[in-house]
Amino acid sequence: MRALEKKLIRDLKSLWGQVAAITLVLGAGIMTLVVSVATLDALKITQADFYESQAFGEVFADLKRAPNHLADQLSDLSGVDQIETRIQAPMRLSIEGFDDPIQGVAVSIPDGRQPSISRLYLREGRLPVAEGDDEVVISDGFAQAHGLRAGAELEATIAGRSERLTITGIALSPEFIYQRSPADLFPDHLRYALIWMNERALASAYGMEGAFNQLAVTLQPGVSPDPVIDAIDQILKPHGSLGAYARDDHMSHRFLAEEIKQLSVMAWALPVIFLGVAAFLLNILMGRLLQQQRQDIAMLKAFGYGRWAIGWHYVSLTLVIVFIGAVAGNVLGVWASSAMADLYLDFFRFPSMQVGISVELIIQGLIIAGGAALLGTWRGVARTMWLPPAQAMQPPTPTRFRSSVLEHVSWFKRLSQPSRILIRHLNRHRFKASFSVLGIALSGALLLVGSYQFGATDELLDVQFQLIEKADLRVVFTESRPEKSLVELKQLPGVLHAEGFRSVPIRLIHGHQRYRTSLLGTDPTPLLHTLLDDEQTAQTLPRDGLVISDYLASLLGLQVGDLVRIEVLEGAQQQLDIPLVATVADWVGVSAYMERQALNRWLGEGPTLNGAWLMIDESRREALFDALWERPAIAGIGVVHLAETQIRDFIRESILVMMGVLLLLAGGIAFGVIYNNARLAFAERARELATLRVLGFSRREVASILMGELTFLTLVSIPVGWGVGWIMAKSLSQVYSMELMRIPFIVGKEAYALSATGVLIASLISMALIAPRLYRLDMVMALKTVE
Amino acid sequence: MTDTTSNEIVFSTEGLTKVYRVGEREIHALRGVDLTLYAKEFVVMLGASGSGKSTLLNILGGLDAATDGEVRYQDQDLVHASDRILTHYRRHHVGFVFQFYNLISSLTARENVQIVTDIANDPMTPEEALDLVGLGGRLDHFPSQLSGGEQQRVAIARAVAKRPAVLLCDEPTGSLDSKTGIQVLETLETVNQELGTTTVVITHNVVIGEMADRVVRLSDGRVQDCISNEKRRPPSSLSW
Repeated sequence: MRALEKKLIRDLKSLWGQVAAITLVLGAGIMTLVVSVATLDALKITQADFYESQAFGEVFADLKRAPNHLADQLSDLSGVDQIETRIQAPMRLSIEGFDDPIQGVAVSIPDGRQPSISRLYLREGRLPVAEGDDEVVISDGFAQAHGLRAGAELEATIAGRSERLTITGIALSPEFIYQRSPADLFPDHLRYALIWMNERALASAYGMEGAFNQLAVTLQPGVSPDPVIDAIDQILKPHGSLGAYARDDHMSHRFLAEEIKQLSVMAWALPVIFLGVAAFLLNILMGRLLQQQRQDIAMLKAFGYGRWAIGWHYVSLTLVIVFIGAVAGNVLGVWASSAMADLYLDFFRFPSMQVGISVELIIQGLIIAGGAALLGTWRGVARTMWLPPAQAMQPPTPTRFRSSVLEHVSWFKRLSQPSRILIRHLNRHRFKASFSVLGIALSGALLLVGSYQFGATDELLDVQFQLIEKADLRVVFTESRPEKSLVELKQLPGVLHAEGFRSVPIRLIHGHQRYRTSLLGTDPTPLLHTLLDDEQTAQTLPRDGLVISDYLASLLGLQVGDLVRIEVLEGAQQQLDIPLVATVADWVGVSAYMERQALNRWLGEGPTLNGAWLMIDESRREALFDALWERPAIAGIGVVHLAETQIRDFIRESILVMMGVLLLLAGGIAFGVIYNNARLAFAERARELATLRVLGFSRREVASILMGELTFLTLVSIPVGWGVGWIMAKSLSQVYSMELMRIPFIVGKEAYALSATGVLIASLISMALIAPRLYRLDMVMALKTVE
Repeated sequence: MTDTTSNEIVFSTEGLTKVYRVGEREIHALRGVDLTLYAKEFVVMLGASGSGKSTLLNILGGLDAATDGEVRYQDQDLVHASDRILTHYRRHHVGFVFQFYNLISSLTARENVQIVTDIANDPMTPEEALDLVGLGGRLDHFPSQLSGGEQQRVAIARAVAKRPAVLLCDEPTGSLDSKTGIQVLETLETVNQELGTTTVVITHNVVIGEMADRVVRLSDGRVQDCISNEKRRPPSSLSW
């Protein structure tokens, strides 16, 4: 091995603390990159493969009831490849030993065979036989949650009629990758099920003989869905169509697409933060290392090492750090990706998901990390390369100490000598000191970014479930009903308070932007489903006009006062132009609101509702459920506190796990950065401090200079870290805004406290580690050798 | 000129000038130096601090560029040479010894020499070079485990391991006591006599001039005088 390579290894060894810190940050950057890119790729590939192999539809339509003979007309439409008409029916299930209501959807398949569109992927068992009227295939999430296998039985209630059914198979469907009841926000496999049964059996159970209420279509290659949607709407409008929609508006697909979008954001946002910090730290480390090794460099030049050889020497030092960081990051990334894949398979029901780390990804990570690292070091290295050897031989010229304003301040003169040295030093090395402050601040910022989401999600859930959703139950009717049905609900056992709502599927149109959602008509000041403004005070709906969430407003580029085109997707399917009169701050879902009576007026109907929020007496819950299920008008019951539990579980499992990892990394990084800084400060000042010892200063006095400096830098960096972290968190919360949920940008006191505490603890540990070195400071050696 | 030297010219300078600019001040380090150095010669340059001796040495060694005038090493013009040529010149022709040794603290004695033998054309082995300076037994010691004199001898071994034509020493005994200093001077003399390396030693210690073939006195950036010794005194007979 060449001597220069040995020097490289020894330098790395002696700098191991700093090297480890930077490696950690780089590794974290690579890890986040690998995890998000690998998971993203896996998700995209799995999605594409599953869609392809199971022939996922491209256009869909839900309707009330259309005769089967329309199928020919529909399949003759230009651009259409295949069509599948089917029946979809809401149902309730009961299985022994589970008391909560289980709701779900029964979907028809051609008798005894696979549909041509959205084929089932059988995980276990078989399809019902053609004559198997009491045979069903059930969704795998539900089967897994309840431990159901082929051969088991369950009881289904469809249109008020109970039937005993035998499970013949367990399946997945490209249409139900994300399996969520319309009333819920997250999948609840215990209480939500899908069953597939023969068309003839479901038609007879649901009273749909000779008819269908759902359509799935695949298109010929290269055909745009829009004209096909218009053509389908023409045909199905008289049959109560809710409007055909393209794959982009398909619920399951939309959630998956959202997740992919979020991952794509994560794939650059987190690596950018970590690699940026790593580049900055390398910049500091290299700058100071090169300063310390000026004379070595000069000697090497004097003995005929060319500038490129010297440049390469320091570049390779950087590259070794990059390499170690990249290897660690890749290993952790591979491990975390498979953990992520398992997590995803819980939420997105794919047959399997293979996370592969490609050579390209590893190389890409190496190049990005190497690029960031070289970006951080090139300035120092380049300066060294072009330093004339004779100049490098001189120790750096001492800082020109000029008497500053400080010297004339009376209190400064009264300070002890060590304090004056400390203050003068900081004052004269303002640039270096601010770099140290920024370095420590960055670690504080990472701590804040890693922790604010804990508080923010808590706040979100508290607001959502304590201020907004105050109902215990959300009841949905099979169709809209006159207002007096609310009175009937109020008279049911255990109902303490009830508020009706009218919900109607709509398409919001503004310019080229279209958005499918539902318009919710409520009481002007709903008590069980409160609308909040920015300050979280309850809002009263204006007597007329549209109110939407501010996220949706910015998505569609709408401002209060704009006229919004609304296509109603049920009943008479009116096109309405309604002014936007206000926005509300909601963080979960994307909705539009209107005063209920105004909505009834716009829809040209009398005072009607199609659902209600109930506040109930928990002790009479069972009696209430029995009473509710007896009414055929009740299509579904959502239990709000179950939703809360689900959401909290979801957040704990996904977001908080990720944030926990981030926080752990941030903690490690904080320590690394601060220890790094303390070591460098010690190395630079050792000679000066030894001189002071020689001159008769006590260990304590000498220690107080270095410790005082470190303490001062730490204290200054805490608020700076808060500021930088605030900016990072703000940007993250902006890029993370999604339709499903928007983490509010709230940095709580706890996040600030955690950031400060983390930095302080890291400082204390670092100082404790430096202390023995100060104690052992070798006066003679420090004076003899010129560094 | 004594019998140990030859007539072959190694260095010649003519009107060599060096001006530094420090802030708004101009410092004239060299004000027209004319000097010729011969092969195998042992030259001591004397002068007070600020006389320009280190600047002259740096320019001769290709570490610094002259502001004006001529410097030739054998047939090579050093004033107008490119960085590449100067690097090549330092790599293959010159050895340096510095007052503060400038050893790399993370490398052992052997490795400090190896750093030069790695890139030289026909070097000694690090072991041979360290044997030459009497440190054959301390090959694997780190600089911090060696005395000042030993460190300086490692530095000399490092400088001569490439078998340079010239050895340039900047205050080689400056940080050593006289006993250790004399050991180092003996090592330099051994190298000069056994390898025939042209040796230039800068010092402000007049006594050291007595071991040289010639003594060049510098003062205020000019050559004040240039005296040839009748007889070189062995270092062991010197004292200060």
